[in-house]
Amino acid sequence: MSEQYILLDHGSGGLASQQLISELFLKYLTSPLLASLEDSAVFTVSGNCLAMSTDSYVVDPLFFPGGDIGMLAVHGTINDLAMRGARPLYLSLAFILEEGLAINDLERVLQSIAKCSNEAGVPIVTGDTKVVPRGKADKIFINTSGIGLVPDERSISVSQARKGDKILLSGSMGDHGITIMTRRAGLSLEGELRSDTMALHGLVDHLCTTFPGAIHTLRDPTRGGVASTLCEIAEQAKAAITLDEESLPISASVRAGCEILGLDPLYLANEGKMLVICSPNQANDIVNAMQHHPQGHEAAIIGEIIDGPAGRVTLHTGLGGERLVTPLHGQPLPRIC
Amino acid sequence: MKYLSEFRDSALTKPLVAELQRFPARPIRIMEICGTHTMAIFHHGLRSILPEGLQLISGPGCPVCVTAAGHIDAFVDIAQQDKVRVAIFGDLMRVPGSNGSLSQAAAHGAQVEMVYSPMDALELAEKHPGELIVFLSVGFETTTPGVAATILEANRRETSNFAVYSTHKVIPPPLELLLADPDLELNGLLCPGHVSTIIGAQAYQTVADKYQLPCVVAGFEPADILRALIMLLRQIHEERYEVENGYNRAVTWQGNQRACALVDKVFIPEDSPWRGMGILPGSGLAIRETYSQFDASKRLDITMQDIAEPKGCLCGEILCGKFAPPDCPLFAKACTPANPIGPCMVSSEGTCAAYFRYGEK
Amino acid sequence: MCLAVPMQVIEINGSEDDFLSQPTALVESDGIKKEVRLDIVDRWPNLGDYVIIHAGFAIHTLDPQEAKTNLRLLQEMAAVTHGDGETA
Repeated sequence: MSEQYILLDHGSGGLASQQLISELFLKYLTSPLLASLEDSAVFTVSGNCLAMSTDSYVVDPLFFPGGDIGMLAVHGTINDLAMRGARPLYLSLAFILEEGLAINDLERVLQSIAKCSNEAGVPIVTGDTKVVPRGKADKIFINTSGIGLVPDERSISVSQARKGDKILLSGSMGDHGITIMTRRAGLSLEGELRSDTMALHGLVDHLCTTFPGAIHTLRDPTRGGVASTLCEIAEQAKAAITLDEESLPISASVRAGCEILGLDPLYLANEGKMLVICSPNQANDIVNAMQHHPQGHEAAIIGEIIDGPAGRVTLHTGLGGERLVTPLHGQPLPRIC
Repeated sequence: MKYLSEFRDSALTKPLVAELQRFPARPIRIMEICGTHTMAIFHHGLRSILPEGLQLISGPGCPVCVTAAGHIDAFVDIAQQDKVRVAIFGDLMRVPGSNGSLSQAAAHGAQVEMVYSPMDALELAEKHPGELIVFLSVGFETTTPGVAATILEANRRETSNFAVYSTHKVIPPPLELLLADPDLELNGLLCPGHVSTIIGAQAYQTVADKYQLPCVVAGFEPADILRALIMLLRQIHEERYEVENGYNRAVTWQGNQRACALVDKVFIPEDSPWRGMGILPGSGLAIRETYSQFDASKRLDITMQDIAEPKGCLCGEILCGKFAPPDCPLFAKACTPANPIGPCMVSSEGTCAAYFRYGEK
Repeated sequence: MCLAVPMQVIEINGSEDDFLSQPTALVESDGIKKEVRLDIVDRWPNLGDYVIIHAGFAIHTLDPQEAKTNLRLLQEMAAVTHGDGETA
């Protein structure tokens, strides 16, 4: 590790996070299931193929337009399971609470968790609560873990991506990231920004059932955004990726917010979107099916996997030029320059 | 966004690209002074479609990059003081000094807040009455007037716990220095858009005349940059050297005199150190005595140390257009965005970061 | 060195001559709103005008005529390659 101390950048989902995982965590934790660095681990137990995933949630503010920390905690883990084609079965829920937290806030979060878990049809079946002294945590930290069942015929992982495959994005980029960033005091923007937090297992199941074998890889571009996630996929799939700038779905208000704060939407977090890598000959049908599904109506084909150096992602700009897309290093920073 | 998307429309840009590519191939060197131009040029992949022989050289117009290492160290020193909270533009967060960056200082307990506007820093002062809020201020002509207005507002409000550490700079002195260097062999200048909103297109008349150099003020959208390049190439081919304004929706000949007057009211020119260029007379702006209660350098008694640039780092030469990033022995080896050694690798608009990020070799 | 974006003025507080007021405007673009200062703007805007915003300050009020000319010059330059326009 080049750094001696943990920086916020290490939690950004970009290169600094990857470095921490590969240089420190994987040095000691050597299970091949972990080393594949997928959104969830998939393994067989008594003939059943299971997926297991865990994720922790820290967000300031707890409540924001379009969602709250409770929604993120349910949707995030469900989505991590769904990204391996699993049908999520059960969730665990663990809280670390800061002394002095308003019970009202906790109750609001719990109501939200209950609602999301009911709507998703994924019950919370075990839990834990710890309280730490004031100042030792920020209001509420949540961890959820989940297990799901992967139907027999499904094999969805980064290793399945192959040259010629099309890359689809299920909807507009950056909504969550910019919504959270503009809740900060010094960076506030008013207006129509909303987090996109959403459970995607319904859409995944629909696609996998309708197009058996055609879906090769699924990833949700959370922290680090679409750019960093695609760089990881290209690296792991040992292939290159090309993107078409003009086809990238983005809402006008997110674009405007990004222009004002000097941010690139390709690097902003999403909490209800997925990248789909699929057979080229079914890509049009798949994107069409996504557009007719409530969780994917802004879906678009944004690029493809091509021959080229492993990990190389290029973008064709509206100008007819080309540029390289590299992973985010640390957290995305607003700029005025 | 209106007045933005029209200037990005490929129906407009594609023919402009074709027009640009019609110019006969010959070696031409154009410097884009402004770091935001550098960013935009890379971001839109413009370099990959330039006509043969046309070389774009990045200039000294990234305020973070030209900030001397000693100033960065002063920023970190201020942030580490007791009961001090610093407010910064996000651009400064990761810039390394000899004692690390503000981001690293934050990991050790320094209070570092990112703001969008200097006014947000002033608001922080009201929110944290027990602390001194210091706005670590960088920027050129575009940014300085807002900082001046913020200091005047703090004065009006009689805010006692707010101060500014000014490392503001003006662009003409380094430009003069660069252009006086015959080795640079420039054929044209792509002049900064929003700096010119403040100082006016007239600011380049002296250099255009003195160095017989075509100068075109450019906006930041693809169509704006393409148009300005075409205007420059036309001048070069017709052997004219004029100041032309390619960004007339935002830039006038005279500039924004109200803003200039405010800057003059609050700031006074001083000699200032530039990375790679040394101390340039009259190139910096200090807070006038009248407003010294808002001057963090006086209030905290900060004296800037002369810190040597990192060993082997060519940022200074790169900022002067003498070398391109891949010429630097550290580039993409010891120095990467994950582990930056020089400021050009860390600033999002830094030339090295742009080369690295957008894959220029 | 300076990102700045055009946004439309939808509300103005304070006036040009009143030095004791805090002159601000609410500006909007594509549903995003931001309060900005008018201390340093070159021409006092009217409601509906577009201003160029940098770091929370309006630095320029766009003249719609200039903006139109700006776009027209570009369009003419672009049209040259199709042989159906004049040289800008």
